[in-house]
Amino acid sequence: MSSSEAPEENHTGVSFYQEKGRYKGIFAWIFSTDHKRIGLLYFVPVLSFFFTAVVFGFFMRLESIAPGPTIMQPQTYNALFTLHGVIMMFLFVIPSIPVIFGNFFLPIQIGARDMAFPRVNLLSWWIYMAGAILIILSLFTGGGPIDTGWTFYAPYSLRTTVNVPLAVFGVFILGMSSILTGINLVTTTHRLRAPGMTWFRLPLFVWAIYATAWIQILATPVIAITLLLTLVERFVGVGVFDPSKGGDPILYQHLFWIYSHPAVYIMILPAMGVISEIIPVFARKAIFGYKAIAFSSIAIAVVGSFVWGHHMFVSGQSDTASIIFSLLTFLVAVPSAIKVFNWVATLYKGSIEIEPPLLFALTFIFLFSVGGLTGLIQGALAANLHLHDTYWVVGHFHYIIFGGMGFGFFGAMHYWFPKMFGRMYEKKWVFPSWVLLFIGFNTLFFPMLILGWEGMPRRYYDYLPPLQTLHLIATIGSWILIAGMILMFTNLFRGLFSGKKASDNVWSAATLEWQIPSPPPKENFEEIPTVKKGPYDFR
Amino acid sequence: MADNMEKHKDVTGSKIGMWLFLLSEILLFGGLFILYSAYRYKFPTDFHLAAGELDRVLGTFNTLILLTSSLTMALSISSMQKGKPRSSSLLLIATIFLGFLFIGNKYFEWAAKMEHGVYPNSPRLLGRPGGEVLFFGLYYAMTGLHGLHVLAGIILLAVMWILIRKERIHRADFMLLENSGLYWHLVDIIWIFLFPLFYLIT
Amino acid sequence: MKILKYGTYVWVWVGLMILTGITVSVAGMDFGALSISVALIIAGVKSGLVLSYFMHLKYEKELIFKLMIPGILALLLLFIGIVFTDVAFR
Repeated sequence: MSSSEAPEENHTGVSFYQEKGRYKGIFAWIFSTDHKRIGLLYFVPVLSFFFTAVVFGFFMRLESIAPGPTIMQPQTYNALFTLHGVIMMFLFVIPSIPVIFGNFFLPIQIGARDMAFPRVNLLSWWIYMAGAILIILSLFTGGGPIDTGWTFYAPYSLRTTVNVPLAVFGVFILGMSSILTGINLVTTTHRLRAPGMTWFRLPLFVWAIYATAWIQILATPVIAITLLLTLVERFVGVGVFDPSKGGDPILYQHLFWIYSHPAVYIMILPAMGVISEIIPVFARKAIFGYKAIAFSSIAIAVVGSFVWGHHMFVSGQSDTASIIFSLLTFLVAVPSAIKVFNWVATLYKGSIEIEPPLLFALTFIFLFSVGGLTGLIQGALAANLHLHDTYWVVGHFHYIIFGGMGFGFFGAMHYWFPKMFGRMYEKKWVFPSWVLLFIGFNTLFFPMLILGWEGMPRRYYDYLPPLQTLHLIATIGSWILIAGMILMFTNLFRGLFSGKKASDNVWSAATLEWQIPSPPPKENFEEIPTVKKGPYDFR
Repeated sequence: MADNMEKHKDVTGSKIGMWLFLLSEILLFGGLFILYSAYRYKFPTDFHLAAGELDRVLGTFNTLILLTSSLTMALSISSMQKGKPRSSSLLLIATIFLGFLFIGNKYFEWAAKMEHGVYPNSPRLLGRPGGEVLFFGLYYAMTGLHGLHVLAGIILLAVMWILIRKERIHRADFMLLENSGLYWHLVDIIWIFLFPLFYLIT
Repeated sequence: MKILKYGTYVWVWVGLMILTGITVSVAGMDFGALSISVALIIAGVKSGLVLSYFMHLKYEKELIFKLMIPGILALLLLFIGIVFTDVAFR
């Protein structure tokens, strides 16, 4: 992999934590253009927002434990599910893996010292924080927290008196951060690869982040204009989404989903990239079908850009469009399935070590498959009539987003933790937390599939008594899941502060980040390597 | 092995970054073009009638102004490339001036319309058929967003002018000027499409 | 970066002026449903000139530059086209 042997244990280099620059204290971090520091700068707010949104979910489930009012009024419930969605989607799921692990590891994995545009990278972080602050402010100002659902559909979002403008503007600002990050990641991949690092020697994580970055650049502006128009509409009344002026609310949905569907690929592709990194290392075997996976990442990004209407089958959209969207939706499942088959094929006859990262990777494959298959079912037009806006959809997307991206994120944390922090967490606590996570997750979300099938609408504060048992099970599942997360994160935080020192290549992996010290020095490499082998060549 | 990536600038990389940003701008306007095409399809007569109220002469004049500003911008960069910072600077001023002219015209156009009671949510406009309301809604939204971009471009070019004076932009490194030029040209291209779609559909 | 003569840029500008004149005079004629296509084609040619010469795309060597504009055009046309399968078939 690298032409120079990096020392395993006793390097005397200074890590990027200790490197002294122009600034001191906190300013050495918030004014740093070092991609590794920026990755960690993102880690803090991203996790904080994740925890906040989990808490909102906890209270939603608490309310839903019984029909009728339990602990809150309907308006509060509406605000909770809206904020749960907005915070999770825009502050956690969409940005997290690219801005934390992409920022930290893409440059190292391609053999570079930093991103193509380090200052723009820092600017992206500042813009992310600004957008986040605006959304938080919208909770306490104007008409109060938004209740539109994270989808802000017109015409309700044009008329509701809650603080739509500030929240929507905050999301708009976040979009700018995403676009800049995308530009940085694409340019870096094109321009800063080390000698010998050809496109087909790139780690699959890089391919995944690269495909994601293109979607960030091309899709995000569409939601930007949609949100801007929503703002303009509220203040000035141009009428583009207002039926009373000849406008068409369905066009709002088109514009919204032209971004928001590709957005879910921004969410899942990086997580798939993480899985592609982990599986070969813990099967001690080169990945099966490297090119197929690489091209599938691109194919998912491309085909996934044309399926957005599957969110609109019952909106009043034409049958012609619905048929086309349904067909394309079935097609986009193919490259995802190719990846699943290739991961499993990699494991076959591999020398498997069930370490924490692999545990999460295997869980990803299972939960993502459930999510993907339920997606196909609701992608069929006839079934969709029955399932749209029910708990089935809620179950589906949580299997994909949480079961997929979420567990991919957990896997990435457990995989790259020793490299980022130079310490190791206690492996023995991972399995128990995983058990709680797995049981809790399925207890929470599987009943939702049944609830939806039985007709329980989503975003509903109240429901008919016969459905209570399933709701009760789901709520108990949420408690188990949260217990698992508490255990998992406690273990990681303890590892951060008092974990044992980790060796440079804890997992004996072959990609470039594992050939440099843990934690890395500021410039990543003493000497830029000349790459001679593939990323999963363990010889 | 000498790796001094931080010491020499990657002009191509910087250019790629700028182009990617331009792609995002194209899609920003693209969303509006999607709306325009849908509503035009739905209300062809209303659009045709409403477009007749726009001042075609002013619109054409503005088009010529912006196209000329693209010429002066390209010439400004070319002069810098040829080692002629003074010509470059003057041509940049010409570009900025033409940009201001465009904005000035737009201002008068909008003011005239508003005086006639034709602006979003005006009682006069709301009394008209839906297609006409939407035509003017899109007119204000799209030319407004475009105008904001022209303003941003003017500010950008003014900053470039200062950098030329400080010799931070010079023959051996005029990447910033070139990238600014790319932005300005894109603003011109967007108008090239806006012009016929709003002014020439009579 | 390839150094072009000033004259090249001026000729492109002349072409843009002429095309603008054409598009304005053609607007008066009635091509029916084809009118918008004519207008868009002329706009496309004008943009092509700006992209190729003023923005130097003609002289860029890397593949990514050659693919960007066709790519974005395809994307936009597909978006508009697919929205049309809804709007036109309701």
